Amino acid sequence: MWQWFHKLGSPRWFYQISGKFLPWLALASMVLIVTGVVWGLAFAPEDARQGNSFRIIYIHVPASFLALAGYYVMAAAGAVGMIWKMKLADMVMVAAAPLGAALTFIALFTGAVWGKPTWGTYWIWDARITSMLVLLFLYIGIIALSRSFSTRETSTRACAILALVGTVNIPIIYKSVDWWYTLHQPATIKLTGAPSMHPDMFKPLLVMILGFYCFYALVLLLNTRTEILLREGRATWVKELAQPK
Amino acid sequence: MFQFENFDAFIAMGGHGPYVWGAYGLSLAIMAWLALAPLRRQRVLLATLRQRIQAQGQRGKG
Repeated sequence: MWQWFHKLGSPRWFYQISGKFLPWLALASMVLIVTGVVWGLAFAPEDARQGNSFRIIYIHVPASFLALAGYYVMAAAGAVGMIWKMKLADMVMVAAAPLGAALTFIALFTGAVWGKPTWGTYWIWDARITSMLVLLFLYIGIIALSRSFSTRETSTRACAILALVGTVNIPIIYKSVDWWYTLHQPATIKLTGAPSMHPDMFKPLLVMILGFYCFYALVLLLNTRTEILLREGRATWVKELAQPK
Repeated sequence: MFQFENFDAFIAMGGHGPYVWGAYGLSLAIMAWLALAPLRRQRVLLATLRQRIQAQGQRGKG
């Protein structure tokens, strides 16, 4: 167990293993997302009330899922890095921040564009939307902190603390549609019970969610590898990687 | 089954075309950038490192 843990903490080992997963993750996310986009745009039935604007759900919901799940990934990596002093975990935390910020932005943007034809407004200070905006600011805060200190240790510590404190926001986002019943509709998919959606509409959504999970894993690995190259430039194995054969 | 009568109807999306295509277009563009940016960054990092190693090697000989 501890040997495994030690290995996992080794950037070199991670770089080699993740390299083997990349092509498969790229292939899986491409196939799933292309399938889901075509299915959702052209073949899923039109929503009786919202018309075709409802097709935005196939981007909006998967992006929101991963924006939230990505925050857990980032905060957990920050905690592991802080408790066990694992360098690789710190790198994962820093790698997760821009990815999470981009997905949160996509969730907010698609939500705004969807809101215009459906609610008649791009933006409203509804609880769900406001707490998602807070999530975006948390991600941006961590990106800024990770670049702001002169020593890496201080900035990593500050990022991990902000990430952990920010987890308070996550259950608020989840529960916001139930606690403050304003404009945003309640969750379409729940872990318990059947989805409140017709199967013909739900199947492409499932494909897109799977695709987004693969895509998230792909970009997280890519960003972590970049971070490894950035920080381990003095290591012999990285120098060998850079040498022309 | 294809939900639209013809290609024009598919583009128009019953009047929601700009919203739907705008949301999909920008989102997919951001995602493509997310995947490609780290690859480009890695190439630049490795190239910089290679140059530094070569410069050190030449200094060592001279």
